[in-house]
Amino acid sequence: MTDFERHQYDVVVIGSGGAGLRAAIAAREAGKKTAVVCKSLFGKAHTVMAEGGIAASMGNVNDNDNWQVHFRDTMRGGKFMNNYRMAELHAKEAPDRVWELEEWGALFDRTPDGKISQRNFGGHEYPRLAHVGDRTGLELIRTLQQKIVSLQQQDEKDLGDAEAMLKVFAECTITDLLLDDEPGKGKIAGAFGYYRETGRFVVFDTAAVVVATGGIGKSFKVTSNSWEYTGDGLALAMRAGGTVLNMEFIQFHPTGMVWPLSVKGILVTESVRGDGGILKNSEGKRFMFDYIPDVFKAKYATTEEEGDRWYTDPDNNLRPPELLPRDEVARAINSEVKAGRGSPHGGVFLDIASRKSPDVIRKKLPSMYHQFKELADVDITVEPMEVGPTCHYVMGGIEVDPDTGASPSVQGLFSAGEASGGMHGSNRLGGNSLSDLLVFGRRAGLGASAYVEGLGGNKPTAKEEDITKAADRAQAPFTHEGGENPYTLHQELQQTMNDLVGIIRTDAEIKEALKRIEVLKGRIANMTVEGHRQFNPGWHLALDLQSMIIVSECVAKAALTRTESRGGHTREDFPTMESDWRVVNLICSLHGNDIEIVKQPLPIMTNELLSLFEHSELEKYLAIDELKDHPEAKR
Amino acid sequence: MAYDASFRVWRGNTNGGELTNYKVSVNEGEVVLDIIHRLQQTQTPDLAVRWNCKAGKCGSCSAEVNGKPALLCMTRMNTFTEDETVTVTPLRTFPVIKDLVTDVSFNYQKAREIPSFTPPEGLKPGEYRMQQVDVERSQEFRKCIECFLCQDVCHVIRDHEDNKPAFSGPRFFIRQAELDMHPLDTASRKRDAQEKHGIGLCNITKCCTEVCPEHIKITDNAIIPMKERVADAKYDPLRWLGAKIRGRQPGDVE
Ligand SMILES: Cc1cc2nc3c(=O)[nH]c(=O)nc-3n(C[C@H](O)[C@H](O)[C@H](O)COP(=O)(O)OP(=O)(O)OC[C@H]3O[C@@H](n4cnc5c(N)ncnc54)[C@H](O)[C@@H]3O)c2cc1C
Ligand code: SF4
Ligand code: SF4
Ligand code: FES
Repeated sequence: MTDFERHQYDVVVIGSGGAGLRAAIAAREAGKKTAVVCKSLFGKAHTVMAEGGIAASMGNVNDNDNWQVHFRDTMRGGKFMNNYRMAELHAKEAPDRVWELEEWGALFDRTPDGKISQRNFGGHEYPRLAHVGDRTGLELIRTLQQKIVSLQQQDEKDLGDAEAMLKVFAECTITDLLLDDEPGKGKIAGAFGYYRETGRFVVFDTAAVVVATGGIGKSFKVTSNSWEYTGDGLALAMRAGGTVLNMEFIQFHPTGMVWPLSVKGILVTESVRGDGGILKNSEGKRFMFDYIPDVFKAKYATTEEEGDRWYTDPDNNLRPPELLPRDEVARAINSEVKAGRGSPHGGVFLDIASRKSPDVIRKKLPSMYHQFKELADVDITVEPMEVGPTCHYVMGGIEVDPDTGASPSVQGLFSAGEASGGMHGSNRLGGNSLSDLLVFGRRAGLGASAYVEGLGGNKPTAKEEDITKAADRAQAPFTHEGGENPYTLHQELQQTMNDLVGIIRTDAEIKEALKRIEVLKGRIANMTVEGHRQFNPGWHLALDLQSMIIVSECVAKAALTRTESRGGHTREDFPTMESDWRVVNLICSLHGNDIEIVKQPLPIMTNELLSLFEHSELEKYLAIDELKDHPEAKR
Repeated sequence: MAYDASFRVWRGNTNGGELTNYKVSVNEGEVVLDIIHRLQQTQTPDLAVRWNCKAGKCGSCSAEVNGKPALLCMTRMNTFTEDETVTVTPLRTFPVIKDLVTDVSFNYQKAREIPSFTPPEGLKPGEYRMQQVDVERSQEFRKCIECFLCQDVCHVIRDHEDNKPAFSGPRFFIRQAELDMHPLDTASRKRDAQEKHGIGLCNITKCCTEVCPEHIKITDNAIIPMKERVADAKYDPLRWLGAKIRGRQPGDVE
């Protein structure tokens, strides 16, 4: 029998990013004994990297803003494929979630009248992103971290033990969820994992798990994401019988660094454009004016002069097309480079130097200044940056109930944040993730607490043989002989996804990717790891790869199935958006070793929400019979 | 431009270890973390190192390069000559776990000993009003990425394990300064810094400021003002009491 440590909790939150920490705070405040488990040190989750800001219609800078406008922008950004209820809750609750951060010690940049300042971002009609320079994610994570510490300080006072009710298990990776029955039938009964430091196994007995494990970008070669983004949470949920949706929708952020090679993919925040930065090709042309799609024609400036006037007089001018939603800008850059008008290292130029004074640039974009100076020897106050698309965010994720974060297929399974899907439809607007983390993190924490409450004394118990199985699975890479090393396999997977299921896709290429994934599956099952379990990165990667391969297959299969182009899914062979496809969610589930995909109808927006849009706009996205109850419907 | 570099990396665990020599290729534009990753991929798959963002934002990859505390992801290889041997060792102030990974739990313990932000009673979320000039001082300290390089370099605890219980270190002096200078914090931070966190042991060598990758002026902007104010607070109980009762107004601290 393998040796392991065992703990009992009411709620176990996997992930200590914005979503996980907010969920843990909610569960603890609901009186539940809560554990937070995460792969990195406390305070270092991926959220720390977020730069530009957090979207909430507080209306501090332009008081025309309100939740309805935010809702409309979010739906437009997602090309009307968002789960409407999530988009509604998000738009309504985001301001409260931002304001409570101030109560916990956050210090946002201010407006002249002392309120939280808000900045412009792509796809947002009004200045909406609360921010701290370009390090908003750091502020968010530190604030939540310090809130957790304050709850622990309270417990220390009241109960004599700071960790009595809320404990962080840092550098601990969950590799399996435990059920009380077969996947498909069983309820959540626990979670199994290992401490990275020692390799020692650990079992959490718990009736409710909140998966807040973030995204999947590490399956792609060029990405802004860190090593944590291996899609573990999605794979955990699927192995337990859960479903994931919309996996074909991957956001390629238009502006990642392209040079030097070793930093290729690292993000250049959209705030550069929000604050006045413009995109140029090698001929010096502001090419975005050539790429305004019809659905956005009425909303964007058609001349440079008007676009420039907008920065100072937004009420009387249209915004420049550099601020189109990310999918549009990423595709435009891709086309310019393909047409031979790229920069020396295969990107385009992002110029803030000619637009703002060095002082303003250093003040508003300190991390970008720093990042280019130290990593690329480029002074962004005098030279343009070279940028190109980078894999940034996955819109798809675990299928959840909008109000509670509960999985519809596995009792006791909850999810929030980037790991969950639906909220952003086919494309996420900048700033809408950080707000999503807080709104739905809180809801999932409350949902999990209510579920545990409802169980009363009837807590499911994990099957002992499943614990043994989980331990065997985790140790398997040490027992194989002569297999390949995980680093090689990882590189091959990244190259495959990047080249064949990247920003522009075709039937033939996706099929080729699926063939390679099938072969990689076998090779991954046999890979070999050297050394011992104590802090062994080779072993860690070997286990992470097992998640990445599942998630990659979901992405490829969904991308093959959806024969249209929409948001973060562009098919060269099906280049247009089809209203028939708008109403279809693609749902992936795991059966043995294979991914099955089914079509499921998208929830239908209420008429009340539909009425927030003009009929003429909806016609561009919806089929005409979907609009028959709209107030302006022609009878 | 690619060349083979000589690296010496500390390999070992709690039972001890040694510097091990490697030859490893280096390409244009790379940082030390890239080279460590190449070692993992090609020669030493189990070499332990922490990292996350690879962009100087998370503070995970702290170690010592040629004896100097640094972020591995922000140390460019072109700062060394091609024939120079680059030595990478774990942070010295904290106990080693394995290779370049150390046990930094000391810092999380100290963090828990500082009372949290304490807003005025009755102030509702959404009603906070603060001027940019007043939040800027604290914002400087909130740039901290908790890399703990300042903690590592500080001689008070670097070579004196016995000082650790009484001394929280520069990271936590800026945390206290941050709260002290927060326009709406109502708690008393000054006495704590002196009596519970050992700010008096700091003799202003400024080593912490020099290594801070966020360029936070730890000594000038946090430690020195906190020392001065601690003195004020200690020797002028009436003023301290007054500040407590009124809640500090922005600007009345100097
Ligand atoms: C460079 C960059 C800039 C961005 N800027 C913005 C922005 O300005 N505005 C915005 O709204 N969004 C932004 N985003 C997106 C946003 O930051 C992320 O979507 C968001 O932070 C995800 O948060 P999360 O809570 O879902 O997960 P994360 O913060 O990623 O946390 C995931 C957690 O899960 C843990 N975990 C994962 N797997 C396991 C496992 N198997 N066992 C245990 N723990 C596990 C990890 O250790 C980590 O703690 C940006 C993203 C990037 C990459
Ligand atoms: S200035 Fe003080 S805190 Fe900083 S390193 Fe020197 S002694 Fe330590
Ligand atoms: S103050 Fe600077 S050196 Fe110290 S932990 Fe923070 S970022 Fe690192
Ligand atoms: S890896 Fe994040 S600071 Fe170096």
